[in-house]
Amino acid sequence: MPKIEELQDLTQQVRRDILRMVHNVNSGHPGGSLGCTEFLVALYNEVMELKEGFDMDGEGEDLFFLSNGHISPVFYSVLARKGYFPITELNTFRLINSRLQGHPTTHEGLPGVRVASGSLGQGMSVAIGAALAKKLNNDDHLIYSLHGDGELQEGQNWEAIMYAAGNKVDNLISTIDLNGQQIDGATKDVLPMGDIGEKFRVFGWDVLEVKEGNNLEAIINGLKEAKSRTGKGKPVCIIMDTVMGHGVDFMMYTHAWHGKAPNDEQLKIALEQNPETLGDY
Amino acid sequence: MKKYIDQGKNDTRSGYGAAMTELGRTNPNVVALCADLVGSLKIQEFIDENPERFFQIGIAEANMMGIAAGLTIGGKIPFTGTFANFSTGRVYDQIRQSIAYSGKNVKICASHAGVTLGEDGATHQILEDIGLMKMLPGMTVINPCDYNQTKAATLAIADYEGPVYLRFGRPKVANFTPVDQKFEIGKALMLSEGTDVTIIATGHLVWEALIAAENLEADGISAEVINIHTIKPLDEEAVLKSVKKTGCVVTAEEHNYLGGLGESIARTLATQHPTPQEFVATQDTFGESGTPEQLMEKYGLNNKAITRAVLKVLKRK
Repeated sequence: MPKIEELQDLTQQVRRDILRMVHNVNSGHPGGSLGCTEFLVALYNEVMELKEGFDMDGEGEDLFFLSNGHISPVFYSVLARKGYFPITELNTFRLINSRLQGHPTTHEGLPGVRVASGSLGQGMSVAIGAALAKKLNNDDHLIYSLHGDGELQEGQNWEAIMYAAGNKVDNLISTIDLNGQQIDGATKDVLPMGDIGEKFRVFGWDVLEVKEGNNLEAIINGLKEAKSRTGKGKPVCIIMDTVMGHGVDFMMYTHAWHGKAPNDEQLKIALEQNPETLGDY
Repeated sequence: MKKYIDQGKNDTRSGYGAAMTELGRTNPNVVALCADLVGSLKIQEFIDENPERFFQIGIAEANMMGIAAGLTIGGKIPFTGTFANFSTGRVYDQIRQSIAYSGKNVKICASHAGVTLGEDGATHQILEDIGLMKMLPGMTVINPCDYNQTKAATLAIADYEGPVYLRFGRPKVANFTPVDQKFEIGKALMLSEGTDVTIIATGHLVWEALIAAENLEADGISAEVINIHTIKPLDEEAVLKSVKKTGCVVTAEEHNYLGGLGESIARTLATQHPTPQEFVATQDTFGESGTPEQLMEKYGLNNKAITRAVLKVLKRK
């Protein structure tokens, strides 16, 4: 089991990967990626039960679905550094003929990805389907999913939230990245959503909160607590407070870096704040 | 010409339901989903026999498509069920991203297609669904013509790996294809050979095409009738072989002429063997309330319309 220091090193290296990937193609979404780095590092390296290698059906292992597909940089980096594909391939992000499309897809056969995402609001439904398949297959492994808070403005989520509670899909842990930001500004200004955790609760979910979503130990404890609440008749929701752009001071507390890449000078500053740990790709 | 006998009027959706019952007994990976239209989709027997393999989604078609995509991850073969309108236009992006682009083995089974849904009117009568679905890369599009063919098609798509759109309808129509037919996806069926004109029909219009051919024969016109049940992938070879012989073609479908079978045939002919063609289809319009027969008459979707189109296309040879 990795020590927390090792996970911290990995987290920092993933941050570097994200910054370098988006800088390389002058496009992509660093803000949400940086905000969810601790979550994905913890999930894949400390929480999920995973088999060696990759097959689409994923029987006998936990599965993860990224609904907010625009944070593909963090997803790709974590997958590569977990061994799903060579880390050198991160260099092909968003380039022509790459398996690392702007938004994740199965279409080019990238190991680790089980459904396309990018058009928002679809991932929870897919996760529910995979959870139902696990139940039919008597596979007691879990389904994890991640969703942006702004993404919850898509109505399909609420169909899914209603369904999962009404049908006791209790092998599902859906995490909401509560960073309060979306492309056009703060979520409270673009479309106020009120208390998201309370909404999940009244829909019938078991909801827990992780207040320090950019603290590895807090995330690990939150995910393990969520895991302990599965199998009890309710889907589990984690409301995870994060800071968009976390780890790069000038990218934090703003929506400005949702979908914008740093220039050469900005990259230099950002990388200085996140020194190399495990080796750049 | 070869004669076909109506074995007794039946609805194509019941062919779907009967096949689902059979699949429930023979294929343990088949699961059914429905968005609050169990009675309309005729799947109660499947549900009674396999309650654990049925998912009542409620009135939430977008969620149904996503759940279906997810169920494939783990080896299930999901069959979604609702009206054609709510199976396609309402959930186009869900199908596009989570099913088609993701290459998921989902069978989108759509009843009440076209104007023959009848009295409910245009809100429920989709005439654009074939176009919508055939434009999705990798999507197979099937529109069977009667109860027996719908049943055979439903059984066949369970054994096919990949996303499929299966379109059928509500009204009781002639059931004239063989009971135990073998259904080959992508294979056109030669129903009756002829020499003067080719009539290529799909869905409810196939029976109408046979009636038209019989009437034309009485007037000394020899029509070849081809049943295209699979609009995509299209059996281009069968189409080309026939029109090279007859020199003109009429396509017939319960769908807008934009985006339908006729356009697919036209593309094939334009690129490989330019041929005069007439389209029996709706003319870029919505439907309306009425009985199926009244609507088929008003919108030019019956044997009389096919006959008129044949007489017109013959003059263009």
